[in-house]
Amino acid sequence: MGELPILRRTPQVGQIERRNLLRGTLSLGAVSLLGGCDVSDSDAVQGVLAAMSRWNDRVQAALFSPTRLAPVFDERLAVKNFRYNAYFPKQKAPRLDASDYRLELSGLIGDKRPWRVAQLHALPQQSQVTRHVCVEGWSMIGKWTGTPFRTFLERVGADTTARYVGFTCADGYYEGLDMPTALHPQTIMAFQLSDQVLPSEFGFPFKLRIPTKLGFKNPKWVTSITVTNREPPGFWTDRGYNWFSGI
Amino acid sequence: MSHDAYSADVQTHPAIRRVAHWLLALSILLMIGSGWRIYNTSPIFPFNFPEVLTLGGDGAISIVHHNDGGVANAIAWHFAAMWLLVGSVLLYLLHTVLTGHLRRDLLPVGPRAFLRDFIAAATFRLDHRLGEYNAVQKVFYLGVLLAIAMMILSGLAIWKPVQLQALTWMFGGFQGARLVHFLFMVAIVGFLVVHVTLVAIVPKTLLAMVVGRASAASHQIPAGEPHNIPAGE
Repeated sequence: MGELPILRRTPQVGQIERRNLLRGTLSLGAVSLLGGCDVSDSDAVQGVLAAMSRWNDRVQAALFSPTRLAPVFDERLAVKNFRYNAYFPKQKAPRLDASDYRLELSGLIGDKRPWRVAQLHALPQQSQVTRHVCVEGWSMIGKWTGTPFRTFLERVGADTTARYVGFTCADGYYEGLDMPTALHPQTIMAFQLSDQVLPSEFGFPFKLRIPTKLGFKNPKWVTSITVTNREPPGFWTDRGYNWFSGI
Repeated sequence: MSHDAYSADVQTHPAIRRVAHWLLALSILLMIGSGWRIYNTSPIFPFNFPEVLTLGGDGAISIVHHNDGGVANAIAWHFAAMWLLVGSVLLYLLHTVLTGHLRRDLLPVGPRAFLRDFIAAATFRLDHRLGEYNAVQKVFYLGVLLAIAMMILSGLAIWKPVQLQALTWMFGGFQGARLVHFLFMVAIVGFLVVHVTLVAIVPKTLLAMVVGRASAASHQIPAGEPHNIPAGE
């Protein structure tokens, strides 16, 4: 499940690229409004955009406050029928079985014993009614219940002075989180959505609910967690999206 | 226009103003092109912008590169060009204020002068004099600066609805900020259409903005042609 599309440049793509680069070079200055003259696909432009995205990571990390809370809403505003959103249809969503599920831990963590669903559910929990903001522009208020991720990290003896936390997920997704965001009081391991056990299509047994990040930075179906000083790759970052993606 | 020796019919633009103008123009085109592609992923109104008018690359290539139809590219453009936009608008404003261009040429503009010039313009009786802005032009230029300021503020509110939540709240929340961002985009596109049309009608203004100086003296004003209602106060 969650097989990744193979991202490889075929000769045809190289050809299209060169054609587009040529077209792009001929039309610099008419970049956007004169259609069909788009330089976006040239390697040079991609390089500049990537460099700017790294710069924006630093700016966003500086703007991030470890204590400023995301706005919370009245529970009545929480959407009951939350929007399903993934890069695969609902039927393809991973269905993890609580009986054989194990959460694997690695990296700078003291106690690396794997966790079962029942152990996770026994952790102290709190609820939040916050806005999920999608990079596409839509947003939705929901109610999530779960354990502050900081509590979990402390419980397993994670080195919280490390720089990052990395996640891998049953759908083939992988993501990295900066430690300040991982320790933010509203970053939770959400076991419930709308007061119901988190349904399979929303990430059972848990998703990281991070109201200070765009939606795509909230991993679902998490199967392993690592604490590290090396920036973990991000599924959508590898597809051109900004790494930090804080809101 | 600076009043070179207080002669009308000569338009001069110092180099810094020209550089700021063209950088601003480029950044606005990049912001609009990429913004339209981003809008298309989650439209506010029941229409999309034609993809050929948007910036973000070929969707097919992008799917191979990014497994994404180009919105990642568009977002990367948007958040790169925003620095160019902010930089060039600051350069323009600083230069405009420090050189007195704002005080001398763009201000003051009163409602009566605006009304008078607007009616004249609407009835095609408003003459364009190089080197002097009529009240309609003044309102237009000040208006687009205001629109750019609102775009930057509403853009920040969309970018950082948690870290800058007070700002987002002032726009009526995240979706309110998106709506404001859209409406001022429309205002700026409207400005561009009129601005470019007028430049096409009076091409010497383009010359002035490229080489720095243009004067009406080099071309003959046909004798007997009514030389205008004086513009500005």
